[in-house]
Amino acid sequence: MEQIQGKTIFNKIAIGKVLLYQKNEATVKRRHIDDVGEELRRFDAARETALSQLDQIYEKALAEVGADNAAVFEVHKIMLEDDDYLDSVRNIIREQKLNAEYAVAATGGNFSRMFEQMDDSYMQARAADVKDISERLITVLCGGSTAIRRIGEPHCTDSVLSACPEDGQPAEPVILMADDLAPSETVQMDKSKILAFVTRHGSSNSHTAILARTMNIPAVIGIDIQNDWAGKTAIVDGYTGTVTIDPDPATLEEMTAKMQEDERKLRLLKELRGKETITGSGKKIHLYANIGSVSDIALVLQNDGEGIGLFRSEFLYLESKDYPTEEEQFRAYKMAAETMAGKKVIIRTLDIGADKQADYFHLAKEDNPAMGYRAIRICLDRPEIFRTQLRALLRASAYGNISILFPMIISVQEVQESKRILESVKAELRESRIPFKDVEIGVMIETPAAVWISEALAKEVDFFSIGTNDLTQYTLAIDRQNPKLDAIYDPHHPAVLKAIQTTIENGHRGGAWVGICGELAADTTLTQTFLDMGIDELSVSPSFILPVRKAVRALS
Amino acid sequence: MKSFEYIITDQLGIHARPAGQLVKEAQKYTSDITLCANGRTAGAAKLMMIMRLGVKKGMTVTITADGEDEDAAIAGMQAFFLEHL
Repeated sequence: MEQIQGKTIFNKIAIGKVLLYQKNEATVKRRHIDDVGEELRRFDAARETALSQLDQIYEKALAEVGADNAAVFEVHKIMLEDDDYLDSVRNIIREQKLNAEYAVAATGGNFSRMFEQMDDSYMQARAADVKDISERLITVLCGGSTAIRRIGEPHCTDSVLSACPEDGQPAEPVILMADDLAPSETVQMDKSKILAFVTRHGSSNSHTAILARTMNIPAVIGIDIQNDWAGKTAIVDGYTGTVTIDPDPATLEEMTAKMQEDERKLRLLKELRGKETITGSGKKIHLYANIGSVSDIALVLQNDGEGIGLFRSEFLYLESKDYPTEEEQFRAYKMAAETMAGKKVIIRTLDIGADKQADYFHLAKEDNPAMGYRAIRICLDRPEIFRTQLRALLRASAYGNISILFPMIISVQEVQESKRILESVKAELRESRIPFKDVEIGVMIETPAAVWISEALAKEVDFFSIGTNDLTQYTLAIDRQNPKLDAIYDPHHPAVLKAIQTTIENGHRGGAWVGICGELAADTTLTQTFLDMGIDELSVSPSFILPVRKAVRALS
Repeated sequence: MKSFEYIITDQLGIHARPAGQLVKEAQKYTSDITLCANGRTAGAAKLMMIMRLGVKKGMTVTITADGEDEDAAIAGMQAFFLEHL
């Protein structure tokens, strides 16, 4: 296995056999000619042919990749009419009595170098256009008259007119590797036969790069292509820009799964983007996303999340060497609120302790941390930490639609105390004339205690969010960190499902809406069950949004 | 001989496509039309030379026409630059 890092052009994965595309451009032969007039006529005829080929390519490009991308071939035509270029070719034929192929190769080389030396990356990329038209002329000159040059077809060389096979098209789709690809070559290729482009040269500004993006074909540039890769299996990872040759079975399996996941997502997205999460009989639920940091918001939007159902605020504390300041927190929450543009953003207050530790909290080592000093217990015990977070949350609420969620609740008193602190922070803000909006308040239902008192809790809050991971752990008395117990850790256990049902019923009775934010929310074998129980919201990892939407829409 | 100055507003400057259109426009006139920018001069009918000027957004280009139809050429060029560049 060999892995090479390049620069990615298009984020997509391809796996397949390598086809090396070689042009042998160095083999244009320099030949003295006797009849200058005949050679000049030969050149003019070739130019006419090349121009009519470009007309055909332009039409093909127009149909396949649109007018903007096709415009390059208009430019090619104008280049083929450029006085300086033509004068240079004719001069070499006339003055040095050399063959037209050589005159074109020499002129093309000079002009493309001229562009390569410019300090503007756009103009540097134009060198490829000059090379492209020069190669086109040379191909015509040595008899390759087909308008559409085939993949794998060697570039015609000197006088061997029969050197171009009629059809070099690969039978199977391939990963095409080349030193460089001219825009006309890229456009002319049969897209159904190309899995990916890999080139040694080129820039992300080049036409070929732009075309690859337009055609949705993964592409990586800047790879030092080796001749012995021909026919080998390769993986092109357009996300990382990595090309893997001869992948080992584990890598191959991993990347195949990634690619299939990609394809599945794309299909789902096409099918479900912008659609409502609604059953056949018209029952609608909210489908939100769980995120662990601000950078995950992009994933939420990509996957068409209707809001954020659980924003774990711990990352701010875990990534930091000291307590994050109000300003730091405010910026993160504000960005989330603004980016989601009015959609719901439910932010859970600090849930540290147990398996999530930050040194500066100086939490003592506990024998039973899952049941220990954590989450709301720390916040109520050390209100200065809690107040800082609540101030940041309230200030950010002015910029969008923020809700606040308290974790690890076991009693009504905890909720009342949390609300009392929240109110006093609000009073502070009002005094300082700092704006904030009304926020919805919710509690996590993740302890059996909270389930039993859920009717009383519902009267205190706007919503419940059922944390099925901890709820399963506490209901079944199974430590979820202990791998020996994996086999009996069963979130489908009737006791867990019964707890969820009770929570939903009591929540509704007390006037709170009820969602699930644990891993169970993404379990599509339970989607029907949750809807039957009357769930209002499901919050899942961004990548599960569309599969769950699909499952809901499939229900009657 | 007539001339005018123009400050480029197109994001990419005089890139390949407008350069091609510029050449076509310039070829309509018999006057000798030149572009001067960056201290270099290029014939307006010469695509690669124009591109080689490397004219970017914000640069000033001096367009000069010399010949029998220089008035028409200048008017045509002015209209072209305003619309495309």
